Amino acid sequence: MLADVGDDGKVLAGGQSLVPILNMRLASPRHLVDINRLRELAYVRTEPEGVRVGALARHADTEADPEAHAVLPLLRQATGQVAHRTIRNRGTTVGSLVHADPAAELPAVLMLVDGEVELVAATGGRTVPAADFFVGPLESALRAGELAVAARFPAPPSGTGTAWLEVSRRAGDYALCGLGIAVTLDGDRRMSRARAAYVSVGPTPVLVDLTEAVAGQPYDAADWSGAGALAAGRVEPEDDIHATAGYRRHLTAVLTARAGAAAARHAATRHER
Amino acid sequence: MNQLEPIHAVRLTVNGVPHEVEVPARRLLADCLRHDLGYTGTHVGCEHGVCGACTVLLDGAPVRSCLLFAVGVDGSEVTTVEGCRAADGGPGPVQRAFAECHGLQCGFCTPGFITTVTAFLREQPDPGAEEAREAIGGNLCRCTGYQNIVASVLRAAEIVRSEPGR
Repeated sequence: MLADVGDDGKVLAGGQSLVPILNMRLASPRHLVDINRLRELAYVRTEPEGVRVGALARHADTEADPEAHAVLPLLRQATGQVAHRTIRNRGTTVGSLVHADPAAELPAVLMLVDGEVELVAATGGRTVPAADFFVGPLESALRAGELAVAARFPAPPSGTGTAWLEVSRRAGDYALCGLGIAVTLDGDRRMSRARAAYVSVGPTPVLVDLTEAVAGQPYDAADWSGAGALAAGRVEPEDDIHATAGYRRHLTAVLTARAGAAAARHAATRHER
Repeated sequence: MNQLEPIHAVRLTVNGVPHEVEVPARRLLADCLRHDLGYTGTHVGCEHGVCGACTVLLDGAPVRSCLLFAVGVDGSEVTTVEGCRAADGGPGPVQRAFAECHGLQCGFCTPGFITTVTAFLREQPDPGAEEAREAIGGNLCRCTGYQNIVASVLRAAEIVRSEPGR
């Protein structure tokens, strides 16, 4: 059916981004292909390698899933910050990826864990890594006629802790700046790897490797302000009505320092188990 | 309206009453409730999912009825503000709390608050002020300044907890 409607069709899943766009007449596709009856796509499946989320899993499903939380706590940490509960009851995890809003949480999470999106068309399927999936603001690698059927979020290596932190004007608003961070400790609880993915400070989620700023340092005394300065130099924020580029850059540094310390503590607690 | 627009039959149970209604595919659930079925308690504010005035419960969970198509929720159970009244037909516990605490002024946003808070208290019957504030974060009110709405949520929780048969 998607092949038939081609460029003139849009897939409707949760509709929490698409329907506002339609209501405001910013887009007027001739066809909507509603996938809500494809119940086989409504799953959050956790395997030792990671979490696979089907196209009809609502944010609220992903957030609540205890097995997914055990393997990848970042999913709940980030999904809990997506809009409001009322929106999370309907909006989908995979839909948020396809929408590719640079202010959205899930694209940054997928980037941070080196995840993938599974796409299917009448002619066959392909799997696109996160780094290639987010092309620009509200633009993903999805082609006309393709359906994103699932996303894979690989589990991070053992000894990894994560955190999600964002600043918005009101709870549930788009973040002025936000980040997910993953910190991996070695056997001596020293930093071996740190990476963060940022929202609202670039055309797509911005992935920054912070390892050089903190490598080898003890988990509870790492130079997170150095990591923050490193990140602030890598992001590409712009001025808009909500915040200046300079303020977003400032938030990048401050939030990196806070989230880094929190993720390192989180890593230490997961280490002990 | 385009006379050639295809019409679809949709079954909805609204506040326990079964309905069958014929609508074009483009009809939003909010408009279906108001125009086709006469449940005008559901208010349409921003029509893009920001204000929360149109919030209804879909199979028990709060959703924005302005972001759903009626054809897409065929077969569902919907609770509107009219369904939040007490068993005797008078105001329900959340509605009584809003009246007692002056949680409304013009009242336009109130149906969305009543439905949202009704669902919230089922999950969290004993919220703190901070939780109450977060629970109504997706609903805008231009009159009250929110203080009395937060008080109303806490009062509603007291009323619900004190009801016999819980």
